Amino acid sequence: MTTPAPATRRALTEGQRSERRLGLWLCAPAALIMVLVTGWPIVYSVLLSLQRYDLRFPDDRAWVGLSNYAVVLTNEFWWSAFWVTLVITVISVSIELVLGMLLALAMYRAIVGRGLVRTVVLIPYGIVTVAAAYGWKYAWTPGTGWLAAMLPEGTAPLTDRVSAIAIIILAEVWKTTPFMALLLMAGMAVVPEELLRAASMDGATRWQGFAHVLLPLMKPAILVALLFRTLDAFRIFDNIYVLTNGSQNTASVSITAYHNLIGGLNLGIGNTMSVLILISVAIIAVVFIVGFGTAAPGSGR
Amino acid sequence: MRRATTRGRRAAALLLGAVALLPAACGSGGDEGVPLVNLYNAPQENLEAIVARCNDLAAGRYRILLNTLPRDADGQREQLVRRLAAADPGLDVLGLDVTWTAELAEAGWIREWTGDHAAQAREGTLAKPLETAVWQGKLYAAPYNTNVQLLWYRSDLVPSPPRTWNEMMAVAAELAARGKPHYGEVTGAQYEGLVVWFNSLVASAGGQILNTGGTQVALGPPALKALDVMRAYATSKAADPSLPNTQEDAARLAMEGGRAAFEVNWPFVYASMAANKPDMLPVFKWAPYPGIDGAGASPLGGGNFAVSTYSEHPEESFQAALCLRDPASQLTAAVKDGLPPTIESVYKDPAMAEPYPMRDAILDALKTAAPRPKTPTYQNVSTMISAALSPPAEIDSPVTLAELREQISAALQSKGVLP
Repeated sequence: MTTPAPATRRALTEGQRSERRLGLWLCAPAALIMVLVTGWPIVYSVLLSLQRYDLRFPDDRAWVGLSNYAVVLTNEFWWSAFWVTLVITVISVSIELVLGMLLALAMYRAIVGRGLVRTVVLIPYGIVTVAAAYGWKYAWTPGTGWLAAMLPEGTAPLTDRVSAIAIIILAEVWKTTPFMALLLMAGMAVVPEELLRAASMDGATRWQGFAHVLLPLMKPAILVALLFRTLDAFRIFDNIYVLTNGSQNTASVSITAYHNLIGGLNLGIGNTMSVLILISVAIIAVVFIVGFGTAAPGSGR
Repeated sequence: MRRATTRGRRAAALLLGAVALLPAACGSGGDEGVPLVNLYNAPQENLEAIVARCNDLAAGRYRILLNTLPRDADGQREQLVRRLAAADPGLDVLGLDVTWTAELAEAGWIREWTGDHAAQAREGTLAKPLETAVWQGKLYAAPYNTNVQLLWYRSDLVPSPPRTWNEMMAVAAELAARGKPHYGEVTGAQYEGLVVWFNSLVASAGGQILNTGGTQVALGPPALKALDVMRAYATSKAADPSLPNTQEDAARLAMEGGRAAFEVNWPFVYASMAANKPDMLPVFKWAPYPGIDGAGASPLGGGNFAVSTYSEHPEESFQAALCLRDPASQLTAAVKDGLPPTIESVYKDPAMAEPYPMRDAILDALKTAAPRPKTPTYQNVSTMISAALSPPAEIDSPVTLAELREQISAALQSKGVLP
């Protein structure tokens, strides 16, 4: 990622220059494909969001400007989904950060069986989300589930909004805490051991060492972990799709977009939602990068 | 020399890129000239046998390949419409739920049945099932099976079957007072079953959800009456506490488990009762679907065969579809898989007597059954109705009616947002 200074460029030999040209040629197909596969769908999605376009009424296709956005942004289902998504994101990422930090410390400090500890911790992350979600679904279904069997007779937690959202958050946390822990542990590994020893020599307690030495030095790693997980959590789809498929007002924005796009065949409204999700995700990323200043990923330090 | 090598390498790099861009060649099957007809249908245990018989009869004119869709109706529809929207030529004969005809026909994804094929599909077919395959006066599918709900009751608890929903509530209250099982199961969960219930009640009260053309909301006083009944029922002694979460299967299980005194359900519950609780079978009776003031209009279900617009073998597909729904095929489906036939003569077959002691009740119900609204946006309309009516105990008739009217109108214009 280092750009050579102009001085060195002038010093390039003929051979080096042709090497460079070859390098660019080798990259070109990949770069072109990247632009095509990521850029074009976004542009296409924006174009579709400006049309009335329902596959069931191909003859009624028309440009309607921003009216799809007005429809979606004044719709109660959309806002319900938005708040559900936000609640799930904030709660699950907070829990994951705390648990992930504990797990990271455990994995990092493990003296015996370090490999075993790390493997065991990572198991949930290695299970396919949909498969795990079905596991949770059956566990919470009265009659088939061991978790539902522990509840009073006649309760079906997946059919009530609050308890269903709690179960979705639980499934998310169970699934992605290992990922959080892994990222945090990587950040922990970069902190020089001497600094912590020096701190304890100066009389810092274990907590002070953690809070005033380890945490500040881990800040970039924590931010990367939080950014990744927040973006992931905001786009939550598979757990909800399996657990409730959005019934009892538990739909996330992605589920709502899917229902309108694939179930409703309404390309206009569905793409409007997709674009709104993209904008939300972009806002989250910008908030992280601007709000947390130079320590944020991509700030070039 | 150096330049030449570089150019050579550059060409190689470009070539590599180009190769990566080539679409994977896809082989389309079909053995030595026999046209392959891909049938997509919901899971049905003995459909393979029906397909095998038709393949034998075809004697090399075509060969049907059975592809099984997901178990749930939404999953089936999603797979079909996604592939049809992409003009996938890999689908030929499609097994459709009766509520999808308008949507697929309007989108231009299924072919109209004309001439000889249409005449064969119509011949001897019962009127109500045939009507589900028609959109804007044109035939778009051949009816394969039909279905109606009946009232199922335990004659040891309920000596004479109730004829109206009010009578059901009265019977339940009386049973409850005597400390007997008193629930009357109905599909009250937030899904298509709730729409089916509402639609039948509106029809029983003499109204309909949409006007006949499917262009506008009808509802009105009959719908208000239907909402009153739903709310009253959901808060009565007849209502199982799990009513807001009950689908067909839960209703069947409550009956077999002895919790319920009666249920409204499809005839598959009879075979299930015979298999699971044979000692309860002698007291397990059926009666017409309950009404509001008089006789009720039973919900109408079933499935039809359509031919995809993108099929490369339309002629063979029409022939295959006709064979798959001919009287012999329908008899197999009825006797082995519990799917009531759409051809009237099949009901008179002696083989029907044992599995279908209620066949006359089915034929009677089919005369007055309430088809669901016909509109290309049925999926949206149905989603809105089930969302507005759930849970039934919290219906506030005038308010709910206004809400239904507004949301169904938006759904009809495909302007509404789905939850």
